[in-house]
Amino acid sequence: MLQLLWTVPALPAAGFVVLALLNRRLSRRAAALIGAGFVGLSAVVAMLIAVSFIASPPPGHAYHQVLWTWFDTGGLRPQIAFYLDAMSVIFILVITVVGFLIHLYSTEFMERDEGFTRFFMYMNLFVASMLVLVLADNLLLLYLGWEGVGLCSYLLIAFWQKDVKNVYAGRKAFIITRVGDTALIVGLFLLFTQLHTLEIQPLMAGAAKNWATGSGVAVAAAALLLGGAVGKSAQLPLQTWLPDAMAGPTPVSALIHAATMVTAGVYLIARTNVLFTLAPDVRLAVAIIGTVTLLYACFSALAQHDIKRVLAYSTMSQIGYMFLALGVAGWSAAIFHFMTHAFFKALLFLAAGVVIEALGGEHDIFKMGGLRRKLPVAFWAFIIGAASLSALPLITDGFYSKDLIIETSLGAVDGNAWLWLGALAGSLLTSIYAFRLVFVVFFGDQQTPVTLRPRWRMQLPLVVLSVLSVVGGLVWLPGWMGGFHPLETFLDTALPVTQTVASSFAYTGVSALLTSLVAVVGVALATVWLVESRAALKDFAARPTPHALQEFWLHGWGFDWLYEHVFVIPVKWFARVSRNDLVEPAVSGIAWLNVQAWRALSASQNGLLRVYIGVAGVGLAIIVAFVVLR
Amino acid sequence: MAAVSLDHGLILAAILFVIGFVGLLTRRNLIVVLACIEIMLNAAGLAFVVAGARWGRADGQVMFLFVLAMAAAEVAVGLALAIRFRHSLGRLDVDDADEMKG
Amino acid sequence: MTTLFYIAAAVAVLATVLVITRSNLVHALLYLVVSLFAVAVVFYTLGAPFVAALEVIVYAGAIMMLFVFAVMLLNVRADSPLRVPPSAWIGPLVLVAVLLAELIYGIGLSNHALHSGEVGPQQVSEALFGPYVLGVELASMLLLAALIGARHIAAQPEAPPFEDPQFSGEEPDARVHEGGEA
Repeated sequence: MLQLLWTVPALPAAGFVVLALLNRRLSRRAAALIGAGFVGLSAVVAMLIAVSFIASPPPGHAYHQVLWTWFDTGGLRPQIAFYLDAMSVIFILVITVVGFLIHLYSTEFMERDEGFTRFFMYMNLFVASMLVLVLADNLLLLYLGWEGVGLCSYLLIAFWQKDVKNVYAGRKAFIITRVGDTALIVGLFLLFTQLHTLEIQPLMAGAAKNWATGSGVAVAAAALLLGGAVGKSAQLPLQTWLPDAMAGPTPVSALIHAATMVTAGVYLIARTNVLFTLAPDVRLAVAIIGTVTLLYACFSALAQHDIKRVLAYSTMSQIGYMFLALGVAGWSAAIFHFMTHAFFKALLFLAAGVVIEALGGEHDIFKMGGLRRKLPVAFWAFIIGAASLSALPLITDGFYSKDLIIETSLGAVDGNAWLWLGALAGSLLTSIYAFRLVFVVFFGDQQTPVTLRPRWRMQLPLVVLSVLSVVGGLVWLPGWMGGFHPLETFLDTALPVTQTVASSFAYTGVSALLTSLVAVVGVALATVWLVESRAALKDFAARPTPHALQEFWLHGWGFDWLYEHVFVIPVKWFARVSRNDLVEPAVSGIAWLNVQAWRALSASQNGLLRVYIGVAGVGLAIIVAFVVLR
Repeated sequence: MAAVSLDHGLILAAILFVIGFVGLLTRRNLIVVLACIEIMLNAAGLAFVVAGARWGRADGQVMFLFVLAMAAAEVAVGLALAIRFRHSLGRLDVDDADEMKG
Repeated sequence: MTTLFYIAAAVAVLATVLVITRSNLVHALLYLVVSLFAVAVVFYTLGAPFVAALEVIVYAGAIMMLFVFAVMLLNVRADSPLRVPPSAWIGPLVLVAVLLAELIYGIGLSNHALHSGEVGPQQVSEALFGPYVLGVELASMLLLAALIGARHIAAQPEAPPFEDPQFSGEEPDARVHEGGEA
């Protein structure tokens, strides 16, 4: 069964090829069947592989499948080869299963769109690239997948390309992640020149053997890889692209910018955890970046009024939690949160998509309202998603994973009270903004009429994801609940075990209590402010200081303005100024010379017979001279 | 009779040819241009005859005959063209036919 | 004989120069006739009486007559207003001087004597109907082609054919159109 590993990325890739070649000739039905079908098949294979892997694990708890050698030059010999361990199993399951549900949803969501086939083509390419990314056994192949998902992200953000704003958003995403990608490739160069291989397992072993903890080269390599991760996962300072990426269709936001691509950075850091362990300062930086980003994003989410932008900042914030976990060496905890986050974030986005479509394309939450009776499935899905996001105790999967992270942020060897406080504060803010969204969209007076209702292909994924968002956390129960944690045992075969200084029953119990308290308090506050006394809140927000603060958070704390003024404007000025620099005359001089030569030659074609004969005569004189003077 | 010098005969042919060439390059009247061509052909024929007389063979004269036939054919067609030229362009200026410029 | 050669040569050269310099078209053509006569004399001094006769009959006779007829048909004004400015002569004269210098240099100025005695019509005919008979045939075909070509090229678009009242009801295809190409 494990030999079928290669079909997991190959099936969506084949789907891409088929859709690309037959683009115009396919009916909607066929395109949908191919697009969603290939991903579905891949999901089935992934599940079978997972079952096989868990039931009878291969030796060393890792399966390595080599397909062929990519190239062999200068000592670099990357292969097209896949490496499957516990972490990869989790990732491919999430990518294919959630991916399939989103594809199914898209067959209805995009049904009236003229770019239907193109959409599935790009989506399939994306799923294939993401799978290559997580299954790659060497960093170069991983980078191939990395670039592939970046490309698809750009293509899909700018999917409705007739509106130039979408294109700008896609371009922005691509350029900002490009900054990170450059750091990543430099990191790859560094690793190769120092350790002479890019295969991940030998690389990690080589680093552990040859590099001292805290040595310059380890710090440099880890920092560069972190740069790449930060770009792709939209953490500070490369986070400005994610809110604008919401210009793409909602399924794209769900799949790429919530469940999968943005978690590529998390995967990268977890995969190369040895490097980060060898560079504790960089790891601390990871944790700090995570914490700061999560707080930044929570405040920003509070002020947004586009439903998808709230969810975008929410994603940024939750990935901050994952980074925080990675930073305190809570590797498995980060992966656990990745899994639960994929479930509830995709759920939230898909439900948001239902609302947007139902209201005829309305994104502004303040033009929504009172939808809980009109769109019941979306309402319940949203409630479950928001509850999971807020980590409401016991009944949601977000609780288990977020609690684990919060507990680790203080309890791990590298834990830190500040990180812990940040995580808790973030959790409070998360539940506030999550339920702000719920109350504004689904309660209150209805502002916009419902014109379209979802049918089974949009409702079924919502139901499935809702169920997963509730029970998904039960694979890793905290100590005080009985210690049923098969997921942890499973992931411990692939990732280092987190060293903790505080993990007693009492500690975890109190931590859970605090997390729950914070979550519930957040919901309560949201209820008070947004359900009971909405008018009072409005008045408060209208006052100068709160209003200024709200504007500030609304625009992402002014990062766009900052980058615009520090980078974009100077570069554009420089480009304009250097239009007539030294090299310019040399280049356009060639063109000018050509034109002059043309003019001269043209002038010689004056149509006069006598002139032509004269020229022939000159030629005759020259030839005769040659003959006579030889 | 003392024979004529070969080189002088060829030089005469060269001079006549060159005179015809000058006229071709300078004059604008189409009929005069055709006449200059005739001059040049005549000079070439003279060169042939001189060469034939060098060895006392008839070949030179035979070539002159062919040149003559060719000249006659060419004049016939050339004058017919001159008539059409005059008909379409109004006058016999060679410089009027410059549409292949540029 | 040699003196006759030089005299005739001088006349030919002078007449040719006058051909290219006259502005009166008919004068130029007449000078050309003179030049051709002079060249015929040159041929005779070279011991080629046959081509001397041919020169006079065909060249000075037929071809120049064609020219004169063409001039007559074209109604060209004798004093053509197309004057060539003196400055236009400079370039061609330079070129031609160079060419002439090269040719004279190549020919050399020795006094290599020619074969004395003449090559009469008998020998020429034997050559023509011997080894050169193919050329003769080709020349005749060339003249035929020139004849037909000249007729067609020179033909003006004709006036519409004569309408015979007796045949007014017939289709146009039945009538034969002669020439009349544009």
